[in-house]
Amino acid sequence: MHELSIAQSILNTVLQEKTSRQLPHILKIVVHIGALSDVVPDALKFGFDAIKQDTALAETELHIEIIPVSGHCKACGNDFDVQNFVFTCPHCQSGQIQMVRGDELHIAYLEVEETPSTGTDSS
Amino acid sequence: MTAQVKLEKKVLSENDRLAADIRQQLKQYGVVALNFVSSPGSGKTSLLERTLSALKDELNIGLIAGDVQTENDANRLRQAGGRMVQPLVTGGACHLDAKMITRVLPEFDLRRLDLLIIENVGNLVCPSSYDLGEDMKVVLISTTEGDDKPLKYPGMFRRSSVMVINKIDLLGTSDFDLERVKANARQINADLKIFEVSCRTGEGLESWYEWLRSLVGNNHQK
Ligand SMILES: Nc1nc2c(ncn2[C@@H]2O[C@H](COP(=O)(O)OP(=O)(O)OP(=O)(O)O)[C@@H](O)[C@H]2O)c(=O)[nH]1
Ligand SMILES: [Mg+2]
Ligand SMILES: [Zn+2]
Repeated sequence: MHELSIAQSILNTVLQEKTSRQLPHILKIVVHIGALSDVVPDALKFGFDAIKQDTALAETELHIEIIPVSGHCKACGNDFDVQNFVFTCPHCQSGQIQMVRGDELHIAYLEVEETPSTGTDSS
Repeated sequence: MTAQVKLEKKVLSENDRLAADIRQQLKQYGVVALNFVSSPGSGKTSLLERTLSALKDELNIGLIAGDVQTENDANRLRQAGGRMVQPLVTGGACHLDAKMITRVLPEFDLRRLDLLIIENVGNLVCPSSYDLGEDMKVVLISTTEGDDKPLKYPGMFRRSSVMVINKIDLLGTSDFDLERVKANARQINADLKIFEVSCRTGEGLESWYEWLRSLVGNNHQK
């Protein structure tokens, strides 16, 4: 259950960003979790919701996007989706595969209430 | 109205920063570092006991023994001849992180070390996300576990450079299939270096020692 420590890192990072960038109310934190990152999404969300109480992010939703694993074959250059964690090139059968995505544990972006002075990109 | 604020920040950037500092320090003093991971009871401490008995007069080995509650493993390693052993009790945490290593590293005289081995907490999931500044992760699996373990914990087997299959003295007492576990592991990580050993009988350990010697030897030549 290291999801609680991961949740704590997310909370601390976003609180810091909120202060340093003087962000308005944060509605949503979008995190990218690679399918091979060994983080259980439900446990992470549960942990985050438990520790956000009594902080400036008490109303903030943690939104998790799972990033599937993809690889690049070092032998033939083929880029492909890695199915069921089988790191074998479907084109040339090589096992020399560089993982391109699926390993990430990133805070991708925040969704904030728009005010004219924040200098953010509108969406 | 809402707006998006881009962050693109690694969640564990603080851990990664500390790990990079540790790696830099170890490199400066020419110390090779290994991070031992496995399920509880696969034989991490047993393999370290064997390794110490065999190599303690040849290599200067420092050990960090991670444990959730006790210092038992550290005591076992001292009894096996370990002269530089640091217990690291996590007090409940299911993994070691770089901050904990930063805390105990000053206890070692790095100039005198050839090899630093960190025994992580017995757990194949949580330690996987935390870089400790090691050169390689060594994952242990024992023949009393399922041979599908690599498929169940692909993250750890993908991030490890070496797999040690322990307790081969017990082969044949269950349906654990040596060839199958190797195939399962190689499907996730074709580059895995694999050892088959028994810490009970000593079988297969000589090639493990030989590999450690060459690891340290190559590092000293750099
Ligand atoms: N039969 C057999 N038993 C072994 C072997 N290696 C270790 N054991 C036994 O397996 C048990 C667990 O070994 P440890 O070395 O404590 O395992 P560990 O991975 O350090 O365990 P944790 O630190 O609790 O995660 C002990 O009772 C050992 O005696 C082996 O090669 N063969
Ligand atoms: Mg142990
Ligand atoms: Zn290919």
